[in-house]
Amino acid sequence: MAVYEQTYKQYLGKLTPEWSRFLIIPRHAFRDVFKSKLFTAFFIVCFLPLLVEAILIYLHHNVNALSLMKVNVRELIPIDAFFFQTFVNLQATFAFFVTLLLGPPLVARDLRNNALPLYLCRPFSRTEYVLGKMSVLLILLSAMTWIPQLLLFLFQGYLEGASWFVDNLWIGSAIFIGSVVWILVLALLSQVVSALVKWRVVASGALLGIFFIPSVFGEVINQLFFTHWGNIISLGALMKNVSAGLFGTFVRTTSHITSFDNGIEREIVMSEPPLWASWFVLGLICLVCLALLSRKVKAYEVIK
Amino acid sequence: MAIPESIPTQSAVRNPADFAPVIDLNDLSVQFGKRPILQNLRGELRGRAIGLLGPNGAGKTTLIHTLLGFHPPSSGTAHIFGRDITTDAKQIRSLVGYMPERDSFIAKMSAVHFVRLMAELSGLPSEAALERAHEALFYVGLGEARYRSVDTYSLGMKQLAKLAQAIVHGPRLIFLDEPTNGLDPPARARMIRLVREIRDSGKANIVLSSHLLRDVEECCEEILILKDGRLAVYCNLEEERKANRKFLMLETRGDQHEFAAAIGALGCEYALSGDTRVKVVLQDGVEVRDLYRIAAQQNIQIRRLSYKRDSLEDIFLKAMENGHGGL
Repeated sequence: MAVYEQTYKQYLGKLTPEWSRFLIIPRHAFRDVFKSKLFTAFFIVCFLPLLVEAILIYLHHNVNALSLMKVNVRELIPIDAFFFQTFVNLQATFAFFVTLLLGPPLVARDLRNNALPLYLCRPFSRTEYVLGKMSVLLILLSAMTWIPQLLLFLFQGYLEGASWFVDNLWIGSAIFIGSVVWILVLALLSQVVSALVKWRVVASGALLGIFFIPSVFGEVINQLFFTHWGNIISLGALMKNVSAGLFGTFVRTTSHITSFDNGIEREIVMSEPPLWASWFVLGLICLVCLALLSRKVKAYEVIK
Repeated sequence: MAIPESIPTQSAVRNPADFAPVIDLNDLSVQFGKRPILQNLRGELRGRAIGLLGPNGAGKTTLIHTLLGFHPPSSGTAHIFGRDITTDAKQIRSLVGYMPERDSFIAKMSAVHFVRLMAELSGLPSEAALERAHEALFYVGLGEARYRSVDTYSLGMKQLAKLAQAIVHGPRLIFLDEPTNGLDPPARARMIRLVREIRDSGKANIVLSSHLLRDVEECCEEILILKDGRLAVYCNLEEERKANRKFLMLETRGDQHEFAAAIGALGCEYALSGDTRVKVVLQDGVEVRDLYRIAAQQNIQIRRLSYKRDSLEDIFLKAMENGHGGL
């Protein structure tokens, strides 16, 4: 059918499978996102730590290069769980900034322009819409967190040998689970903020606020009550604990302090909240986000 | 109600649902909180173009939204092409196109990109979606402006872009909610022409919601008038027009009593109005020339003869006065 045949015609061709339609949203979104040279440059910068990580792993196994540089990298930076955890955390920070740039306008733009009825009047559900919008972040953040990290883990396993790889498979699962939990929380929170605040700048500010304001309050609680339970409201601290738990570096009792109460010396043990509590709060945050999204993502909002 | 001349098909093989009414309302009620918005709507609509009329707040848009599955019915249900709106919502949405009343578009997208995205969401593969996006935009008259961002469009162009996204996937039923809102006369005429063209193609049924009687009168065969969320009047405009075509108003000079009696002798109903006017309902087999013949025989001058029919405005105003009616 050509454009000069200007008549109304039905479409009788084949249709795409329903399950794959949510992926249409990220496909179109990426086209817009990478139009911005600034964002593309930033996204490339996000891969620099991974390059450093790859070089370190390579040098570890290249005796010639080590002797040329006259350094013993193997002793300085051991390739172990802590090594991978450090880079996972570094990439998580970059993931946060990518979310800050991409997340806020995703739903807000559609709400501001009343586009939701256009999506939802088609064979496309609200769940698929949210999944599609989240996929924009999930795919991009995956591409800069767990996918390259796992490839580097495989690279290390290849260079070190099969026995190291088998013995340290749990590091691979820690990289995967830790990164996926983080990007899932980021994607959900940014979607909620985007759905609640229609203006991009305000939404970005709100997203920053969600991460930093509770952290400040948590620290105030820690200082006032000689505890670390204030970390339970800090997303950064929660993720740090969860990540440490996954990589086997979590220590509950971090320090002891001595206080004098009516002249009596008392030793206070400063303990992090237990791991289950961190997981529980993260799960709760995700549930609240889903509930809010289900409330806000509607074709039309009914004001009762 | 008459069975439509052609029921649109999507494939060569028809299933029984293809012969079902376009819209079948079964005691459909919708409540927002405790406030009833639609109350016990009932009836079968089979026309190629169905007009939804009513004053502001009558429930026209809510009815469309409910049929699209945006609002759940509080009781009763409705069927579109035989599919239940509560259980087969996704199936229904693959058969319909929707042009919302309010400005609706995706920002920072060219029209062709926007319409293509909408086609893909309806299930068209990427290449077919792009091809049909171009066709739809040419069809509605935005061919030359299709690479411009929708944000930069004028109001009339945005309305056309909304129409393009509603028809890009070739739906069997198109909901048009106030399609001529905010359009200048030429743009309105263009929109009405497009709606009539789609209707006359016989490949899609149209539900046109408007508070502008002229738009509905020009496009629709069946009308549904809502008042306070209730069905005030159902009317088949085509049948109404045919029925009223034989209703005549004569202005005469001369002895109209004898003239009226002679008309009565032909079997026509008549009524005298004042000294000069005679209202006549022509019977089958009686032509206007018969009236002229009788007038000539009785030396009566027919100074004016006009077909009188209820305009949509009359029907609408009666509906607003009378309240509730049904199919």
